[in-house]
Amino acid sequence: MAPTLAVWKFASCDGCQLTLLDCEDELLALAGRVEIAHFLEASGAVGEGPYDVSLVEGSITTPADLDRIRHVRAVSRTLITIGACATAGGVQALRNFADVREFASVVYARPEYIATLAESTPIAAHVPVDFELHGCPIDRRQLLEVLSAHLTGRRPDVPAHSVCFECKSRGNVCVMVAHGTPCLGPVTHAGCGAICPAYGRGCYGCFGPSPAWDGARPNTRALLPWLDMTEDETRRVLSTFNVAAFREAAVPEGPGDDAPA
Amino acid sequence: MTHRHDRTLKVGELARVEGEGALYVRVRGGDVAEVRLDIYEPPRFFEAFLRGRAHTEPPDITARICGICPVAYQTSACLAIEEACGATVDGPLRDLRRLLYCGEWIESHALHVYLLHAPDFLGYHGAVELARDHRDIVERGLRLKKAGNTLMEVLGGRAIHPVNVRVGGFYRVPARAELAPLAEMLRRALDDALDTVRWAAGFEFPDFVHDHEYLALSADRYPIEGGDLRSGAGRAFPAAAFEDHITEEQVPHSTALHARFTDGGTYLTGPLARYSLNRHLLSPLALEAAAGAGLGAECRNPFRSVLVRAVEIVYAVDEALRLIAGYEPPDRPAVPVEPRAGTGHGVSEAPRGVLYHRYDLDADGLITAARIVPPTSQNQTAIEDDLRRFVAARLHLDDAELTRRCEQAIRNYDPCISCSTHFLDLTVERT
Repeated sequence: MAPTLAVWKFASCDGCQLTLLDCEDELLALAGRVEIAHFLEASGAVGEGPYDVSLVEGSITTPADLDRIRHVRAVSRTLITIGACATAGGVQALRNFADVREFASVVYARPEYIATLAESTPIAAHVPVDFELHGCPIDRRQLLEVLSAHLTGRRPDVPAHSVCFECKSRGNVCVMVAHGTPCLGPVTHAGCGAICPAYGRGCYGCFGPSPAWDGARPNTRALLPWLDMTEDETRRVLSTFNVAAFREAAVPEGPGDDAPA
Repeated sequence: MTHRHDRTLKVGELARVEGEGALYVRVRGGDVAEVRLDIYEPPRFFEAFLRGRAHTEPPDITARICGICPVAYQTSACLAIEEACGATVDGPLRDLRRLLYCGEWIESHALHVYLLHAPDFLGYHGAVELARDHRDIVERGLRLKKAGNTLMEVLGGRAIHPVNVRVGGFYRVPARAELAPLAEMLRRALDDALDTVRWAAGFEFPDFVHDHEYLALSADRYPIEGGDLRSGAGRAFPAAAFEDHITEEQVPHSTALHARFTDGGTYLTGPLARYSLNRHLLSPLALEAAAGAGLGAECRNPFRSVLVRAVEIVYAVDEALRLIAGYEPPDRPAVPVEPRAGTGHGVSEAPRGVLYHRYDLDADGLITAARIVPPTSQNQTAIEDDLRRFVAARLHLDDAELTRRCEQAIRNYDPCISCSTHFLDLTVERT
């Protein structure tokens, strides 16, 4: 029997599960290899669990979703989180550093109707996760790699180096060195294929912090005067789709800390 | 069981819509007592956390509201900020913006027509099931979708959340030679698009018309990347007057706000409105396809929206080809947009309808207030209203059939629940 695949959505923009439908050349072949048993965006037919592989998009932001993610874990043999919301809380995790009640009062006239948690948290904060695929959005080729690896029982080839490696292999001119353009490439997880520098802009951190943050962390503070960036600008550039991950990666470890304020 | 006087229908998780919603219908004494499109997509509070961000950031940040129509968010955001800062993007840069947006229309409409909506007309749960019997049809839909995505990848760097859009224009503009392979691909896509219109014209459309006022943008071209607002009843106003004419209210069952005209009227935005108000601006080929499919001067049957979307795919492909043929690289990729204190408004035609953004900036260009009104929240009142009438005329159907028809009726509007915040879950209660 073909392995079963389920796709689940929590707080998100739909973009990462759309990535699966964006595999236009592979979608029907994939549908021949696996039984897409639960994918509400694509089909009204819902097969019964448990499921062999679950792809989970989105972050946990409501009391009801706390229960739902435990159910998803219970009916999934392998659980793979896809995208910045599921792996880091997403852009909606900006509330973690503010007052969510004040946020709700800005958007809604009757904030009391809104059920929401004070923090937007990644899936791994609530249940064990078998593999995390980063990106805002995830990369289509990486998604196919992760799915085929899981179907054949091997480890996915998803390198954890920084965007700089991808820039070099793509033959991009370094936008920081050549043009003084602020770029998060040195501290950002690879996966996109270094798109931004290829289009003449600095990386803006869609794939979250690379392990470089924990080890040989680049001294971004020393680079600031050279890049002509203020502290506020640095804080903002690190405070987007992976804000919680960048802040966690930058937990103070002693002098010379370059944590975003 | 049929012909009961009191019953409740519930669809707890609506499928083939973008985002999370539910439908609840309660019938009492043979009358439809309540119809609710529950939107329980968790709120993400974009308008709150945009405060304090730089004027250059909304295109990247608001793209993340929706993975299906990021270019719509980027465009409305750019327009609003450019207005606040006194900058204008026109000529070849404006054309490039329109070309990128054509890619999004093709991708989004092909997704809706083939993967979300057509299975309803043909009696399948989804496109994968449809492909088991009609692989060639689904492959055609996927080719079209890929053409839209490829256009976005070349111009925007990637299809979901393009990286190449900035306030004032782009980071990098393509050379003419980069667009040539796109033209080749789009010429093949045009045949697929015309076949799509002919195919969809053969669907069976339930007899149903609505009487909502239409609201769409009006411009010197078929409206996509900007324009002023105009309604079927003669209202006409610029983006700057949007909040004078349209008000949003909150209802307990939804994390999406419901919009109405300030004088209380409900309205509908999206492909039906665009087509009915701007048909004369379609290209000759798109007009011919519309006429061939039996679409007249206006279309008021929401089930036929699948046809209008197919016609708009023809138009978007045709228009993209025209823009590529006339493309001369602009002398710079973006116009300067210097921050200043002020307020700016932007509207563009997302695939699902009018998308409004407003930003208040301080002298340093930091955002002090933001307001975003997506098409689905504007349409929610009209959708519920139509469902009430649709259900009332079909109470003789059993629960399963009525539920199926209701789900199809909701998909007519291609609701983007992620946008409006906000899975469809249908509940029909007959107590």
